[in-house]
Amino acid sequence: MSPRAACRLETLGFQHVYDYVPGKSDWLARGLPTEGEQADRPRVGHLARKDVATCRLGDRVEHVREVIKPSPYGFCLVLAEGGALLGRVRWSTLDDELTGTAEDVMTPGPSTVRYDLSVPELRARLDKRELKTAIVTTPEGDLFGVVRRRDLEDPG
Amino acid sequence: MPARIEIDQLRDLLDSGAQLVEVLPPAEYGEEHLPGAINIPLKQLEADTTSLLDQRNPVVVYCWDYL
Repeated sequence: MSPRAACRLETLGFQHVYDYVPGKSDWLARGLPTEGEQADRPRVGHLARKDVATCRLGDRVEHVREVIKPSPYGFCLVLAEGGALLGRVRWSTLDDELTGTAEDVMTPGPSTVRYDLSVPELRARLDKRELKTAIVTTPEGDLFGVVRRRDLEDPG
Repeated sequence: MPARIEIDQLRDLLDSGAQLVEVLPPAEYGEEHLPGAINIPLKQLEADTTSLLDQRNPVVVYCWDYL
């Protein structure tokens, strides 16, 4: 739609026309403010916590074990240098004999959700899969935070 | 040819006072839209409906996404 609108504006004499191609979905996924009737609806991004343990691909398993130990989530997220989410390492998979790096032991490409996903929808997804947490990422795939299932409880 | 932009350029243009237009139907605009955007649905994009816009100043249009 917007490409056609942009072209139409040029035919109407507008001289400096720009097309924000990623659109409203991109804006919402970044957690940016909006206006309108639904602007205040609760979104999972509002509930995302930043206290998740992280590590790099090359970090030794011994280090990964140490960062997961105090974590309330039981896992560590593996990030690229720029912050993109690459994988997850769960405490339950780190037996005492395991060596190597985070890259060797991680589960690549964990599922993520967008910032603007509605709370009821995420609650339903987590319940269906019996999951306790969801990972929130930006449109670029950078880690935003983690949402806990218990934080989605309906106050109703 | 209109320039295709992403979030960083959009922010720069908005900081510079660009006009912002959502071209989705009114109901979608009413639910939620970018701050400061006005609504001119694509089906209604004509000389009269765009007359309030300044043709000499930058205008950014957007819809839902790439599709």
